Amino acid sequence: MNAVLKFLVALVALTAALNVFAAADLEVNTPGVNAIKQSMQARHAQLAGHYTSGAVGLTADGLIALRDAGAVPLAQRQAVNALVAAENNDRNALYAEIANVNGHPEWQAEIRSTFAQRWIQRAQPGWWVQSGGAWRQK
Amino acid sequence: MKKVWVALPLAAFALSACVTINIYFPAAAAEKAADKIIEEVWQTQQDKPAANQPDVKETK
Repeated sequence: MNAVLKFLVALVALTAALNVFAAADLEVNTPGVNAIKQSMQARHAQLAGHYTSGAVGLTADGLIALRDAGAVPLAQRQAVNALVAAENNDRNALYAEIANVNGHPEWQAEIRSTFAQRWIQRAQPGWWVQSGGAWRQK
Repeated sequence: MKKVWVALPLAAFALSACVTINIYFPAAAAEKAADKIIEEVWQTQQDKPAANQPDVKETK
C-alpha cells in the first residue's frame, strides 16, 4: 500500500510538471516565421488602401478575400487578385509554420482560428470583416 | 501484492491522461503570439506610430 501511495505522489508531481510544460509559450521567433512576416509586412503597404476602400476584407478563416470587385478599377483588378492570392499563400504558410516549429502540426487549424479572431479584432474602423458568414464594416 | 495489479493499470491510465493534457492547444499563448505578429505586419499603417513594441518582447 505504501508503494502505491508513493507512486501516486510521483504521479501528481509528474502531472504538475507536464502542466507547466503545456503552459509554455508558442515559439514564433524563427527564421521561417520571420521571413513570412516580413513578406506580409511589405505587402501590407499595398493592401491597406484596399482594406479601407472595402475592396478587400478579412475572412472568418484567417485569410483575406476580394469582397467588392467594383471598388477596384478594372485595370487594377488583376493586380489586386494577385495581391490577395499572395497574401493568402503567406498566411497559410504562416499558420503551418508556427504549428510545425512548435512540434504540433495538428495545431494548425486552431492557430488559424486564433489568428482569424485577432486579425478581425484588431482591424481598423472602416475595414470589412466576415462574421457569421456575412460581411460587416468595423 | 494483489492491489498492485489494480493500481498499475489505473496509474497507466492516469499517466496517459497527463500526456493528453500536454498536447492541449495553448490558446492564451497562441493569442499572444498572434497579436505580436499582427502588430508587426500591420505596423506600417499610418495611425500606429510604432510606440507599442518595447514591452511585448519581454513577456515570457
